Amino acid sequence: MAQIFGEYIEETTKSREFLRLGFAPSSTKLQQRWRNNGLSADFLADYLTTFFPTDENDPNSVEREQELKSAVSYIANELLENAMKFYNPNDDYPVTLQVKLYNDHLVLSVTNSIQPENIIKFQSIIHDLQHIEPQELYVRQIRLASENEGESSGLGLLTIIDDYQAKIGWKFETIQKEPEQIIVTTMVRLSL
Amino acid sequence: MGLDKPRSKLTKPMEIKTEEYSIRYDQINNTVYWAGIMRLTSGQEYEPILQLVDDIAALGVDKLTLDFQELTSINSYGISMLVRFIFAVDSKKTIKLLVQGAKEISWQEKWANNFQRLMPKLQMKWN
Repeated sequence: MAQIFGEYIEETTKSREFLRLGFAPSSTKLQQRWRNNGLSADFLADYLTTFFPTDENDPNSVEREQELKSAVSYIANELLENAMKFYNPNDDYPVTLQVKLYNDHLVLSVTNSIQPENIIKFQSIIHDLQHIEPQELYVRQIRLASENEGESSGLGLLTIIDDYQAKIGWKFETIQKEPEQIIVTTMVRLSL
Repeated sequence: MGLDKPRSKLTKPMEIKTEEYSIRYDQINNTVYWAGIMRLTSGQEYEPILQLVDDIAALGVDKLTLDFQELTSINSYGISMLVRFIFAVDSKKTIKLLVQGAKEISWQEKWANNFQRLMPKLQMKWN
């Protein structure tokens, strides 16, 4: 059974393009993994720009390309970092990052397994994102971050919503009962 | 001549350099230059960076510029770091702070818009 939060939209039309990357998170050390997150996010952003040819004589189109590249790279990196933070190290379920391109929007999503004990923590972050006004939550997150060594789970997701006017949704699915295996997909929809 | 004077106050190099980013304090123009890609892994990386604030304050500076013009990418831990750095400078009541940003690096304007709500007095200068 699946539990849905936020604006999780199952697309009914076929995407123009898509790209999916898979990771076995437990195979690399945290520091290296973090670097890989950045590299993968930048690659995804670079890859997408090939579908948005720019006209060098039109500064607006160059600026738009930069804007999109930077947004995709930031969002994809935050999604991957969250997935690496919450994935379940006790199973070998891969972390996947994917981008799907449609006519007027794109969808970035990340899927990872999650430890049952982390579900409540994750869902409380989701609850805050849905119920607290973004500016108030930003102030709260920043204050938390400045008091707790930067542990501000939620600031990444909040900036995705607030800074990039993105729609975000989550799907939690139990894919196996014994032992229990739960996966979560975080989906971000960005207008073009 | 006069140029040697401030330099003599420096007892240790004020630079943090990793493969991805660098943070360098230039005492001649009282500026901290931030460059590269600052995707921090966790709060643990904050310590040496925040130490810089105390080291700079110990020099008795009365104004400080944070130059982000070469800081191309950041993650949410990096954003938290910048905020803590600015709060730390602000807590030294005697230092007047200016942030120099680049309009074409899109995270900077977004960050500034949010952050200025927290600290409206923060002075920003755009290239």
